[in-house]
Amino acid sequence: MEFIRFTKKGIYCIPGKFYLDPWQPVDYAIISHGHADHARWGMKHYLCHDHSKPILQHRIGATIAVESMGYNVSKTVQGVKVSFHPAGHVIGAAQIRLEYKGRIVVFTGDYKTTPDGLNIPYEPVKCHTFITESTFGLPIYKWLPEATLQKHLHDWIATNQAQQKTSVFLGYSLGKAQRIMKLLEGVDAIYTHTAIHALNTIMAQAGVPLPETTLLSPDFDKKAVAGKLVILPPGLLGSKLLKRIPNAATALCSGWMQIRGNRRWKGVDAGFAVSDHADWNGLLTAVKASEAEKVYVTHGSQATFSKYLNGIGIPAAEVVTSYGDAALDGTPLTTDTV
Amino acid sequence: MKDFVSLINAIEITNKTTAKIEALIAYFDTASDKDKLWCIAIFTGKRPPRPVKSSWMKHWCAALVELPEWLFLECYSTVGDLGETLVLLLPEPTHQIDLSLSDWMTAIIDLKSKTEAEKKAFVMHAWSGLQLQERLIFNKLIGGSFRIGVSKKTLVNALAKRSGIDANQLMHSIIGHWDVHALTFEALLEGQHINYDNSKPYPFCLAYALEKPLLELGAPDAWQVEYKWDGIRGQIVKRHGEIYIWSRGEELVTQQFPELVKALTDFKDDFVIDGEILALKNNSVLLFNDLQKRLNRKHVSKQLLEAVPVGFYAYDILEYNAQDLRTMALEKRRGYLETLFASSTLSECLKIPPVLRFKTWEALHSIRDGARRLNAEGLMLKQKESSYHVGRKKGDWWKWKIAPLTIDAVMIYAQKGSGRRSSKYTDYTFAVKKDDGLVIIAKAYSGLTDKEISEVSKFVTKNAIEKFGPVRTVKPELVFEIAFEGIALSKRHKSGVALRFPRIKRWRRDKTVEDIDTIATVKRLIKAY
Ligand SMILES: [Zn+2]
Ligand SMILES: [Zn+2]
Repeated sequence: MEFIRFTKKGIYCIPGKFYLDPWQPVDYAIISHGHADHARWGMKHYLCHDHSKPILQHRIGATIAVESMGYNVSKTVQGVKVSFHPAGHVIGAAQIRLEYKGRIVVFTGDYKTTPDGLNIPYEPVKCHTFITESTFGLPIYKWLPEATLQKHLHDWIATNQAQQKTSVFLGYSLGKAQRIMKLLEGVDAIYTHTAIHALNTIMAQAGVPLPETTLLSPDFDKKAVAGKLVILPPGLLGSKLLKRIPNAATALCSGWMQIRGNRRWKGVDAGFAVSDHADWNGLLTAVKASEAEKVYVTHGSQATFSKYLNGIGIPAAEVVTSYGDAALDGTPLTTDTV
Repeated sequence: MKDFVSLINAIEITNKTTAKIEALIAYFDTASDKDKLWCIAIFTGKRPPRPVKSSWMKHWCAALVELPEWLFLECYSTVGDLGETLVLLLPEPTHQIDLSLSDWMTAIIDLKSKTEAEKKAFVMHAWSGLQLQERLIFNKLIGGSFRIGVSKKTLVNALAKRSGIDANQLMHSIIGHWDVHALTFEALLEGQHINYDNSKPYPFCLAYALEKPLLELGAPDAWQVEYKWDGIRGQIVKRHGEIYIWSRGEELVTQQFPELVKALTDFKDDFVIDGEILALKNNSVLLFNDLQKRLNRKHVSKQLLEAVPVGFYAYDILEYNAQDLRTMALEKRRGYLETLFASSTLSECLKIPPVLRFKTWEALHSIRDGARRLNAEGLMLKQKESSYHVGRKKGDWWKWKIAPLTIDAVMIYAQKGSGRRSSKYTDYTFAVKKDDGLVIIAKAYSGLTDKEISEVSKFVTKNAIEKFGPVRTVKPELVFEIAFEGIALSKRHKSGVALRFPRIKRWRRDKTVEDIDTIATVKRLIKAY
């Protein structure tokens, strides 16, 4: 017997009377990580990882009722043992493990199986029921090894600098931006946009070591920034701020850049498949490592991935959720800008 | 092949024509003669027949990576391109093969006579010996299409810039019959295989949009007024028995319109005429949509020739039996044109459209309003005294389009409809160019056929980049003509203008995002309107 149920408000734990990453207001929400499609506004009570707490307060509101705990410690809610385990997705991202009367359910939230030198690496958790994301659940998504990816970024910067160009990377402010910072660490001075800088500050206060960066203030000194490295949220593509950056070469950093056609999007100069999610092999490895007897597949390629799992003898079903829908990992663009 | 791969990368990453031209020039500066010829051949669609079926390539790859067929197809439909799907699925290369573009082309040509097993061995060896980017180019060279964002015109402009040879002559040279193995790069550019004197077109004389009241144009009888037909402006060059059709895009399109070529051979005289290529059936002009079905095809089938016959409406004559008439007054040129057309037994597809008769400027308004019924875009007003200018000259030729106003814009967001069409993307947001980026100009949700909606929906599914609730951000690629009833400056809109009752007039498959309007040209409509 399952003790969780998929409802129209979110994933519900029946005995615990709480929801996992609900998308409608509920009394008690356990949150996997701070991205806007997982951590939503309007919950009476939030429980999340220690590092997600300041992010939730920053993004949802300083006055929300939020409780937090670390990885691998547990808390009992109405007889259900709840614990967080590293998801390797973004800072504070947790897989949520629930144990009730000897049955174990793991909800991954979003995760990435390969270490990135920034987040605490993903740890597989054994369970009976495994609820996994599937953002990049197609075999065409195979991420490059971190070192190769880093070399591609560095080569691109070198080419830009040889042409007196400023290298501008576009990535979401929570997670992706810090990932890019880590990949660029030590190459040259890194300037970050206000939105990214705010999250960096929060993370630094939470004790997360980050590469050194400078705030790109609205009235930045063009001469100082020229030829350096800049990180902006993708919504700033085409903005006045971007235009002021001298001789900018732009690169979009996202798993979707794996597909060539996407790289030409909006006329950026380059696209790098830098992702915070597991690739095809990562998803498969995680599913197998969970040793689960039943797998539920949420947002992404849920139909394809669950069909494939069934085909290789792992019972799986797709689940409709609202994750991945409100925005792609966070910062929504306003619909009036391109 | 590394240099060719870099060229393709450089071309693909940019939307700017100047950057594409630079990349092409850089390639032509360093590549070998044979590689250059192959590059031109590939970009102009002169490729050897494919030696390997794409279904074989699918099977070989799926078997190699041990994926079920359905999953392979799922990947293919996400990527939208077979060559690229293969690249993304294949395992890492195990060795490195270094061959030039022409070496690869020779090997691919040789493959034709080989057995299926030999072909498979060749392809497998290539796949395991090429880096990802090279593999992609290899897949494109061996199978299917090679659609890269370079038009013949961009290619020609690059060659012209590098060689100093006239662009139209180069267009004729590269389009003409030639064989990679039979000539050198220099010989191709110099046009030793063609006679450019026979095909040389004149620059088109262009009109401005009418921007003042008709009354200010002076006496009505000083003007020749015709309908403004909505097709492709073209120039027919007939010299020494050879016939060439140039489009205003400075491309040679002769082969696309065999019925025109056939009709033109009936003329004894030599001439150069300017006019409009139109879809013409039973003496009436069909919609531009119909004409589009005939464009950019290598082979025109018999059915298509019957379904969408093409004709030519002649506006002007620029040369008659080797005499340049362009400085002559329009009225006199019209005389030449009429004589020329009267002297031949004309096929139905060649016509001089009528000059419109009107006494007062007042009367012209209702004539213009009737233009839509004939599938015309409005009226052309040309001073009878005018010569045939090079390019645009204000004051002599005006185009006076009928409302609705239209612009070309690119789709950037799509949303699913409700009710009957809830499974399809029916609501679109469009943008025009602003500086180097795009700016939203309008939302519209009507005007396409069900079949077109299905096609657009497919595109949206494949090319969705981001989701915001029900809204999908899509790759800006599909260009639509947007019609609207009015336009005004607006502070509320980011673009600075508001369009009244925008709707989709048609899908411009012939246009790319490079061709869309800029916010500046849109604002200019405010004055015109
Ligand atoms: Zn997610
Ligand atoms: Zn996330």
